[in-house]
Amino acid sequence: MSKRLLSLGSFLFILAIVVGALGAPTARAQDDLSGQLEIFSWWSGDEGPALEALIALFNEQHPNVELINATVAGGSGVNARAVLKTRMEGGEPPDSFQVHAGQELIGTWVVADRMEDLSFLYEEQGWYDVFPEGLIDLLSTEDGIWSVPVNIHRSNVMWYNPAKVEEWGIEVPTTWDEFLAVCPTLQDAGVTPLAIGEAWTVNHLWESVALGTLGAEGWNGIWSGETDLAGEDFLKVWDTFGKVLACSNFGDDNASLSWQQAIDRVVDGSAAFNVMGDWAAGYMSTTLGLVPGEGFGYVPSPGTAGTFLMLSDSFGLPVGAPNRDNAIAWLTLLGSKEGQDAFNPLKGSIPARIDGDVTNPDLYNAYLQSAAADWAVDTIVGSLVHGAAANENFNGNFSSVIDLFTASGDPSAASAAFVELCSTSGACGG
Amino acid sequence: MKAQMEARMLTRRLWRLVAYSLLILMALIFLIPVYMVIVTSLKNPIEAGQETTSWNLPTKIYWESFSSVWKELAPNLRNSALLVTGATTISALVGSMNGYVLAKWRIRGASFFFPLMLFGMFIPYQAIIIPLFKFMDGINLYGGIPGLVLVHVVYGIPITTLIFRNFYIDIPNELLEAGAIDGAGFFGIYTKIVFPLSLPGFVVVVIWQFTQIWNEFLFAVTLVKDKWQPITVPLAETAGGIAVKWNQPMAAAILAAIPTLFVYIVMGRWFIRGLLAGSIKG
Amino acid sequence: MYNRKDKTIAFLMILPSLILLGIFVYFFIAQTAWYSVSDWGVNPATALKKGVEKNYVGLDNYHTLISSASDYEFRISFVNTFFFTIFFLAACLILGFFLAFLLDQRIKGEAVFRTIFLFPMSLSFIVTGTIWNWLLKPKGGLNILPEKLFGLDPLKFKWLNSETKVFKFEWMQGGNLFYLGVALFAFALFTYTAQKRHLSWFWIALVGVGLWLISSAGFWNKIWLPIDNPKLDIGTYTGYGYNAALSGVIIAATWQMAGYVMALFLAGIRGISEELREAARVDGCSEWQVYLHIILPQLRPIALSAIIILGHISLKIFDLVYAMAGIDNREVKVPGILMLKGFRSNEWARSSAVAMVMLFAISLVIIPYLWSNLRTEKS
Repeated sequence: MSKRLLSLGSFLFILAIVVGALGAPTARAQDDLSGQLEIFSWWSGDEGPALEALIALFNEQHPNVELINATVAGGSGVNARAVLKTRMEGGEPPDSFQVHAGQELIGTWVVADRMEDLSFLYEEQGWYDVFPEGLIDLLSTEDGIWSVPVNIHRSNVMWYNPAKVEEWGIEVPTTWDEFLAVCPTLQDAGVTPLAIGEAWTVNHLWESVALGTLGAEGWNGIWSGETDLAGEDFLKVWDTFGKVLACSNFGDDNASLSWQQAIDRVVDGSAAFNVMGDWAAGYMSTTLGLVPGEGFGYVPSPGTAGTFLMLSDSFGLPVGAPNRDNAIAWLTLLGSKEGQDAFNPLKGSIPARIDGDVTNPDLYNAYLQSAAADWAVDTIVGSLVHGAAANENFNGNFSSVIDLFTASGDPSAASAAFVELCSTSGACGG
Repeated sequence: MKAQMEARMLTRRLWRLVAYSLLILMALIFLIPVYMVIVTSLKNPIEAGQETTSWNLPTKIYWESFSSVWKELAPNLRNSALLVTGATTISALVGSMNGYVLAKWRIRGASFFFPLMLFGMFIPYQAIIIPLFKFMDGINLYGGIPGLVLVHVVYGIPITTLIFRNFYIDIPNELLEAGAIDGAGFFGIYTKIVFPLSLPGFVVVVIWQFTQIWNEFLFAVTLVKDKWQPITVPLAETAGGIAVKWNQPMAAAILAAIPTLFVYIVMGRWFIRGLLAGSIKG
Repeated sequence: MYNRKDKTIAFLMILPSLILLGIFVYFFIAQTAWYSVSDWGVNPATALKKGVEKNYVGLDNYHTLISSASDYEFRISFVNTFFFTIFFLAACLILGFFLAFLLDQRIKGEAVFRTIFLFPMSLSFIVTGTIWNWLLKPKGGLNILPEKLFGLDPLKFKWLNSETKVFKFEWMQGGNLFYLGVALFAFALFTYTAQKRHLSWFWIALVGVGLWLISSAGFWNKIWLPIDNPKLDIGTYTGYGYNAALSGVIIAATWQMAGYVMALFLAGIRGISEELREAARVDGCSEWQVYLHIILPQLRPIALSAIIILGHISLKIFDLVYAMAGIDNREVKVPGILMLKGFRSNEWARSSAVAMVMLFAISLVIIPYLWSNLRTEKS
């Protein structure tokens, strides 16, 4: 591996010199870079190796730059974002930081004039042609493009253990109604129909239920203000969500489980299904050593076939980054084909670039290949819980709507709270 | 009469037996977490993650928990050590001077501002954290140990002043007046008479500040950059995060606890005096 | 000795401390108070803008905390703090006194026992929280201890995630209870000071009746009526009460602090002269009666100190909860945690309001204490 990276690095190095000699806009001679580069992310533990591969690649390209990898652990980056905020507020931005593409970036940092427009980099690198238009729209406002997407994850995936499903003699449900129908059978067999983990994974489940009930158009309508949040359909979301929770370990021991531990339940057969983003595929194939399709199975979460509920990790350039040139070199690497193909196979995600080497089975396993195929044809919508669809204010308070619902069990109360949150956060289009 | 005496002796003995067994029982209960933390820290990651066997002794002692945690947390321990050394020294000196002034020099308005000073040690620091944060940034002390030292010194003023003031009040005024007759001024009296008598006061204050600052979390998590975080921050993260390998948080907890435990066990008597002093009445 | 020059020097020496505390305590509190009545971050889009203009919005933020449907987690944390404080104080005082009583029986190896009971006090709340987090896992730790020791069935209690609640009440009633509490507190304070000034009981009773009338007539609600807000949507959430999941945190906190109370009491007991106790024994008091009639009354000021110290710790506790339950636990939350959570969604004004409520609650306990302490010292 490192040998390949080495040759790749030297290839890029030579390329840079050649390009530099030709007087192209990338005239920043790569070996001139020195000093430090601090990048900030929440990738650690099982997700760490992918970042390390990128860092190794960067170190090969820019050996004189001391790369400081500031990682703040904690599921889905919630802790990291709090730390980042204190640092930005304190006027101590890192050179580049991880942020979910979409409203988390735009609604928080871009509106506050804290980010640099990256249009120049997109032009320089020809990225307008290699990232899907829909994705670029998500990263942009009228005033510019604000981050470089590294990967694409899918939120609406349901995981199961094929051998066990066969043993129990059930069909993998394709709608939530089917799921609720199969639920008593599983419960009678002493199996938890759906495994859930700590608080944020409950929110994660909600977005799959909502998408499966409302459809892509209805889902987007929530954020544009076109979906009637007092209407029947939206009440049905909560109703279904309540029933689904009743088929899970919710309120039993879910709160003490990490998402990995929830997945473990599916793997060991004590639970039948789990809805989790497709980083779970990385966990199962890399950490648990299971073969996609055999050791674990996957389908779009019920009712969401043909829709890709996406989230994307991206890196941006904060205004006042202490080592701006190094940060730009880092972003250039992230957006490059090499960078994306080094990172994504290890992260268990698909490249954001459309020219990624996704059919190469050495890099991308069966799950990722199927995700890439879906990515190319499905309707794309943005995830709520993972920062694409709504701003941080909405997101930060969304869990209290969920809590309100689980405590009261009342769909209309939950809808009302949802509407109130929409209006205070301004996340729902009007 | 004699029978009565004997009965009394018997109940007395019985009672002592009961008292001892109760004490031993309570001591065992208090030591449960200690057993758990040591046992878990010595298990390998897979064994340590098993909830159902959490009381069992490790099948094989796994020292790597400590070496890996040490490797990870050594910088934070160093940060904490730097922080505690700086902040404790400075705040003890400041407190000593303030206590001297308040105990021995009748400053006008002292009865007004002394309670105002004391109020500062009871406030929830959440009530000042946002402005504090902006202020530290404004004076370019956000992010590193010096800033954190300043914050701990300032918020340590009330308690250190209080302890020294109560301590100095017991020094007879005649002693100071004798010094004054010999021609000593404000500083002369302090350096020649008060300071040499201050050792017990310093011990109490140093122990108090040392444990408080070492154990503090809110300032630590909000006022410094990752690189300079004291030990409590990564400890909270390893346990609060996605920990499945419980040997690591447990080993980290032991590492984080050793310095204050050491101070406590070696200087227990003074530690208790510090505790009592913290309750104002002394 | 007290010549003018030296007095000036003395004042100059303490001046920096006063200025620093003036800034770090009072000026910052004033700023937080200002944020809490401003709209900073209410519009999330501008929350992080540099030099954003903040407008005065009155008590709106407090109003929202008390009444808005989506802010009910503030109300939960408020109620949690209330119950936590009561049970934590009770547990620490009882256990602390019990331990001090046992240790006072001329015990061999007293130092060893004292060390064992007191050592948790030297730990960080973060360390304590980490350890107890593991001890309270649903399928291990304390739940299986009876099984390991006596072969009993393992417990199934969900320590940090239970949703079982007792002492349930509606928030509306809670509001009235709050006012009643304020009235009672004011009355207690008045009685206390009145006694010192030898006012007659007639006046005390009169003020008491007056306060009671005012609070029960809903007069407070007319002054400030967040509780009776028509847009109030909180009838739907009925979960206010003592949550069983708090028990784990209370146990951990008691484990850490009971030794402190023991040390206070022990020092107090030892301070009572042996002659006094002997005299009582000669008068035919049993050992138990000696404690009841001689020692306990003398310990009252110490108990008060302990209540104040522990009370203010528990009213502002958050690091222990943070280490045990994290920031997103559904039931185990306290205002200090919400404050951090507010950082996440850029709600600076709301966070400030939460902090001011905490400060207010603590001031209710601390200010009378400081005041009376300094008064007694003066006289």
